[in-house]
Amino acid sequence: MSVVIDIMLLGLMGITAIAAIRMKNLFAAVMLTGIYSLLSALWFLILDAADVSFTEAAVGAGFSTVLMLSTLMLTRSAEKPSRHSPILPLFVVVVTGAILVYATLDMPGFADPEAPIHTHVAPHYIEESKAEIGVPNIVTSVLASYRGFDTLGETTVIFTAGVGVLLLLGIGRRREDGDE
Amino acid sequence: MTHHFILRVITKLLIPLILLFALYVQFHGDFGPGGGFQAGVIFAAGLVLYALVFDLDTASEVIKEWVLLLLAPLGVLIYAGVGLTSLYFGGNYLDYNVLAHDPVHGQHLGILLVELGVGITVASVLTTIFFSFAGRGLRDPKEALKKSSGDRDAGQTS
Repeated sequence: MSVVIDIMLLGLMGITAIAAIRMKNLFAAVMLTGIYSLLSALWFLILDAADVSFTEAAVGAGFSTVLMLSTLMLTRSAEKPSRHSPILPLFVVVVTGAILVYATLDMPGFADPEAPIHTHVAPHYIEESKAEIGVPNIVTSVLASYRGFDTLGETTVIFTAGVGVLLLLGIGRRREDGDE
Repeated sequence: MTHHFILRVITKLLIPLILLFALYVQFHGDFGPGGGFQAGVIFAAGLVLYALVFDLDTASEVIKEWVLLLLAPLGVLIYAGVGLTSLYFGGNYLDYNVLAHDPVHGQHLGILLVELGVGITVASVLTTIFFSFAGRGLRDPKEALKKSSGDRDAGQTS
């Protein structure tokens, strides 16, 4: 049963991705990327990554779709026809994809208990976090405590992104400008 | 935007629930899925929904832009301040064990404060980003609509 759901979700994600690429109407393309995010949130949920799924649903399907739509207000709603021949980009993508697929052959099998990622610090987090941190959600204790430096860095990145957008676009600047 | 009567009523019903859910995700992140980042996004989504259904000027009456600009660095400072506090109490940077007499209580306090910092920064930065994107296009939705139907294909409306 779970295999059927896996295949259906991944199939739908594939179809949505291809449809989003082929779509010339940007509004529809934005909507399709939102659907894609929602599907990948479901996919993360099936992989038992509830926190990641939560983030993907809120940011990918919700917030970034709204941002794309408000950007769309500033541009045209249809894609410009491309003047380049698609041969060279296709070649680059196929070669890069082939290298990536080749690289996955060296990866440990899916959910292999002997994989390096499961034998390094993960056992310590899983066994000791109850006694050391005392927080039931191990994801939170890893994010906020064991990996506190990383999360501080991420928060700073978000802050920097906000500063960047403010420097480029400003906030509420148009109110005085009126009609240009 | 005087139409959309149903949208406005439903939005008014939904927004308190969204903001409440954001706070739940924020403070319940230790026990269930969630945490500062998700809570911040959900809180910002509530404000963005308000700005979409009503208009941007009304939304910036609800939360003033200078408040957002104050809150964004405040979150980072709370986070970094927790680190400095643990240095002050003789631990390593961001070592929450020293924040209370019992190391586990210290960890709880540290995680709570740090997640609060993340939530404040994420919520205010995302709202700021939306306000600055939308501020260029749909400050007045009616005018923007006129503009977009008029010269959408003539060129960029900047």
